[in-house]
Amino acid sequence: MTDITILGSGVMGLCIATELVARGLAPRIIDPAGKPGAQACSWRAGGMLAPYCEAESAEPVVVRLGLGAADWWQAHGAEVTRRGTLVLAPSRDRAELDRFARLTQSHRPLDAEAIAALEPELQGRFARGLFFETEAHLNPRAALLALRDRLAEAGITIETEGAPTGLIVDARGLAARDALPDLRGVRGEMLVIRCPEVQISRTVRLLHPRIPLYIVPRGDGIYMIGATMLETGGKYRVTARSAVEMLSAAYTLHPGFAEAEIMELGADARPAFPDNLPRLRRRGNTLFANGLYRHGYLLAPAVARMAADHLLDGQTPEFMDENHP
Amino acid sequence: MPQFYGTTVDSPLMLGTALYPSPAIMAQAFRAANAGIATVSLRREGGAGQDFHRLIKELAIPVLPNTAGCHSVREAVTTAQMARELFDTPWIKLEVIRDDDTLCPDVIALVEAARLLSDDGFQVFPYCTEDLSVCGRLLDAGCQVLMPWGAPIGSGRGLNNPYGLRSLRAHFPDVPLVVDAGIGLPSHAAQAMELGFDAVLLNTAVAKAGDPVAMARAMALAIEAGQLAHAANPIETRDMAAPSTPLFGMAVLG
Repeated sequence: MTDITILGSGVMGLCIATELVARGLAPRIIDPAGKPGAQACSWRAGGMLAPYCEAESAEPVVVRLGLGAADWWQAHGAEVTRRGTLVLAPSRDRAELDRFARLTQSHRPLDAEAIAALEPELQGRFARGLFFETEAHLNPRAALLALRDRLAEAGITIETEGAPTGLIVDARGLAARDALPDLRGVRGEMLVIRCPEVQISRTVRLLHPRIPLYIVPRGDGIYMIGATMLETGGKYRVTARSAVEMLSAAYTLHPGFAEAEIMELGADARPAFPDNLPRLRRRGNTLFANGLYRHGYLLAPAVARMAADHLLDGQTPEFMDENHP
Repeated sequence: MPQFYGTTVDSPLMLGTALYPSPAIMAQAFRAANAGIATVSLRREGGAGQDFHRLIKELAIPVLPNTAGCHSVREAVTTAQMARELFDTPWIKLEVIRDDDTLCPDVIALVEAARLLSDDGFQVFPYCTEDLSVCGRLLDAGCQVLMPWGAPIGSGRGLNNPYGLRSLRAHFPDVPLVVDAGIGLPSHAAQAMELGFDAVLLNTAVAKAGDPVAMARAMALAIEAGQLAHAANPIETRDMAAPSTPLFGMAVLG
């Protein structure tokens, strides 16, 4: 049996491990933290499985590869909420809604009444919106732990130390920058609030010309608000400016969020290549899988499949470096 | 080609580096636009981001750092000093914002900050309104270039006050003038150049277009057309038709 060691237990590492196990292999996983957690930027992700919405700023390939993500996650034990994405804009930024509609597909326009029918608590707050009915979301932390548990059932545990053996799959995210000089960090800040008074059941994107944000319900009155996109790499801290912007977005969506309890403020950096698309890069005995950017949960399944195709059958998949522009 | 503080740049198009779908697309847009200067926001992108900084440097054109997001003289001066360190340039695009909704320049604070920075050896590119007296004060403060808005930042409304911009041109025939902000379409950029402006600075119109690279090219072509038109000494508009073939002597039929 092929001997493979995966470095990293973030979304990339665990998806590749899962895909390899599904194909009958038993990879080792090494992560000094020993379990999925705050060492990985995927721990602080939104968990939106929203390929169509991403087309607003992403290449068409992101849509195509992201379409299978919700099914993949569900098939591997994650709880996927399929209630679509609601895209809204305050009346003064209505032009943003038209732009978003032009650049995306598989949505339908909503008027005030239709918005209220989907989310009764938003009644009377927005005159127009877009509904991406087929999109979904998941809880990233629960999803990673679900993968971890399934892998454990298959006898794969996360080792905290030791030397890699066999083929190495480097899925360390931004930490792999020592070997990948063209990888950069795109900083993101996020917020988790608890607000049982406001009940919203699906992901809502609030458009704004400069600071578009989204709110993802986590259940039990908990919401994740995110995420800023800053080309400032480095300092993983939350600025007051970003916190104010995120809270303002929540308040704009529903004034009830003013009473929310702030549970968590987090910041991290997403690993990204210059075209913001993921890469598989083979260097000798090591296969690097990296650059998921803001599309971790959306693209990790497709990239994991390609990594497995390469490792098992020697295929040169679409996201192999050489195939990139 | 325009000259700023003794430096001649290769193109009258100054392009911003924010809001692109990816750095790779940004670099392609810069090439398609043949942009002469890259503007960089220190607070939003430049600050701690050595990686992004490197991508900007790879554009291999002069960098004009800006003080976007600053609301006071002190903030703007501090940010300018950081920019000088980081990008190793005396150039600074000075923005002091009064109001977050319109991103309207605070011209009073702008003049004060421009004076402090000029005295400190900076070469200041002030983002201002098209007000003649404000522009005069900025020149008094040491600025040798003026960058009046066409319309509020990101609004894509074009030149809101062509009359004001035209009188600015007439008042300051020897000062490099740049229309900064408000450009949405190539026709807006062409109009600025037709008015005799030396350059156009834009960002959102390209970065947020569905195809940023194609829009960058369109802007470059429009700017070239406007520049050629201005140099060609266009005709005056008039109220009456002016037939292009002489009427006198035309055959009278019937």
